Amino acid sequence: MAIPASTPQIEVRTSSRLVVRKVSPAAIERIVAILTPLLLLGLWEALTRSDVLDQRFFPAPSSIIGTFYHMTFNMPWDNSLTYHVLVSLSRALIGFLLGAIPAIVIGAIMGLVPIVRAAVQPIVGALFPIPKVAILPLLMLIFGIGEESKWAIIAIGVFFQVLIATAAGVANIDRIYLDVGANFKAGRIATYTSIAFPGALPLIVAGLRLGWGSSLLLLVTAEMVSSQSGIGFLIWRAWQLMTVEDMYVGLVVIAFIGITSFWLIDALESRLLPWKRR
Amino acid sequence: MNAVTQNPVLPLPIADLRAPARTPQIIARQLGKEFISDGRSVVALQDVNIVIEQGQFCCIVGPSGCGKTTLLRIVAGLETHTSGELRLAHFNQTKPLLSMVFQEQSIFPWMTVEGNVEYGLRMRKVPKAERRDTVRHYLDKVSLTQFAGSYPHQLSGGMKQRVSIARAFANDPEILLMDEPFAALDEQNKAILQEELLRIWEESRKTVLFITHSIDEALVLSDRALVMTARPGTLKADIAVPLQRPRGAYEIRSSPGYAELNERMWKELREEVMNTRPQKEIA
Repeated sequence: MAIPASTPQIEVRTSSRLVVRKVSPAAIERIVAILTPLLLLGLWEALTRSDVLDQRFFPAPSSIIGTFYHMTFNMPWDNSLTYHVLVSLSRALIGFLLGAIPAIVIGAIMGLVPIVRAAVQPIVGALFPIPKVAILPLLMLIFGIGEESKWAIIAIGVFFQVLIATAAGVANIDRIYLDVGANFKAGRIATYTSIAFPGALPLIVAGLRLGWGSSLLLLVTAEMVSSQSGIGFLIWRAWQLMTVEDMYVGLVVIAFIGITSFWLIDALESRLLPWKRR
Repeated sequence: MNAVTQNPVLPLPIADLRAPARTPQIIARQLGKEFISDGRSVVALQDVNIVIEQGQFCCIVGPSGCGKTTLLRIVAGLETHTSGELRLAHFNQTKPLLSMVFQEQSIFPWMTVEGNVEYGLRMRKVPKAERRDTVRHYLDKVSLTQFAGSYPHQLSGGMKQRVSIARAFANDPEILLMDEPFAALDEQNKAILQEELLRIWEESRKTVLFITHSIDEALVLSDRALVMTARPGTLKADIAVPLQRPRGAYEIRSSPGYAELNERMWKELREEVMNTRPQKEIA
């Protein structure tokens, strides 16, 4: 007659204990991030000392530090590491500014004036894909093998990246902000300074970051090809003289410059863009 | 064809008798807007005739896509009409003629709340001290004083629209144009902002042209509600809203006359909304 009464199966869920962590997971991650490279360096040192790694290609970190000290303090000024680093940095910075400043101005005009964009876009489209290193010989013909050809190659590399980013940034500003500007009778200049430029700034900064990356690349390349100074020259000379420690010093220094400069760009970005949600 | 209330160019007696002047401020005659889309001509507005008095709070109600935003943008000067005539009276040339409160998020994300509110004043090169006082006044009015230094991404949707309203009022224009400024807000926030808007408006009694699709909103806010037809948009009815002021966004619903006005507006609108529904394809 009736449905047989079945005993329901009861699922019991117990409460978990409230866990209070003394060390946050983020702190642990940070410690691991610092510890791992140090451990690797230690391993490297141990392996070279025990001759598992070939010292000719992988000199011990301790000997690289020794060479670093020697190159910095025991050399005449115009062959010291400090001198080469300063020369390289000034080339990179000058080239970078020569490329970035006109790129921002022209990019902003391209972004705001469709007819200028229509005129410039195909030229940019045709020139941008050329690997910049390929025009270094031409630049050396035009500017000679002095500083100017290095500035020029860096400036050209930076220019295209910043130009494209700026134009995209300005062109993609929400229409409504320009309507607001028009509604409040913002003039041409005010429209640039209060709407177009700040609105495009996140993309401009992204372009500058990319541009700085390629300026380091082009710097080292140009210095290897035709220079008697700079980090690229140091690395190339080390290859010619088979002084592997010198080469490693050059590599470490350029890596350090890369890391610090990107860190600086990050800091600059949060200063320039306090309104960006992070 | 349709019983459009033809407004004569001469001022008519209007609902709100307390309005001191009955000078027309916005006059549209046979105003039309046509644009070409995909090679086809689309008539967005046709034969729009309106006279809006100085100091009048006027709502335009219509179905979505009827061209009410286009009408507002034409008055704002952001678009131009393609037929007819539009006249705007600018009484005090030391003040700007009009400011607009936009529908979507329109405050500059790269400026602080304070920077946004003073934008119009800065563009007019108002001295800094005066700017600061005005900004402070309107930030207080929209209860955002403690957020003066915040950036928009730190604010809620309602707070952003408050900034937008404060920015328009701070510019002190003769005409305020508002394009469904509360459309994206939840019911409670909407009511609060409507009351804030009414409070600020009461102290200056600017001419307001306010677009909405909500009958309730039109009745809460306006002296006069204009109903628009479906595309091509034109005026269908001109309804005086003689409800007492100052108004509360909820209290007003129980005031005498509200229900009748509501019903009348709905009757007018209903037809138009039905007209915009997709109809069977005719082969």
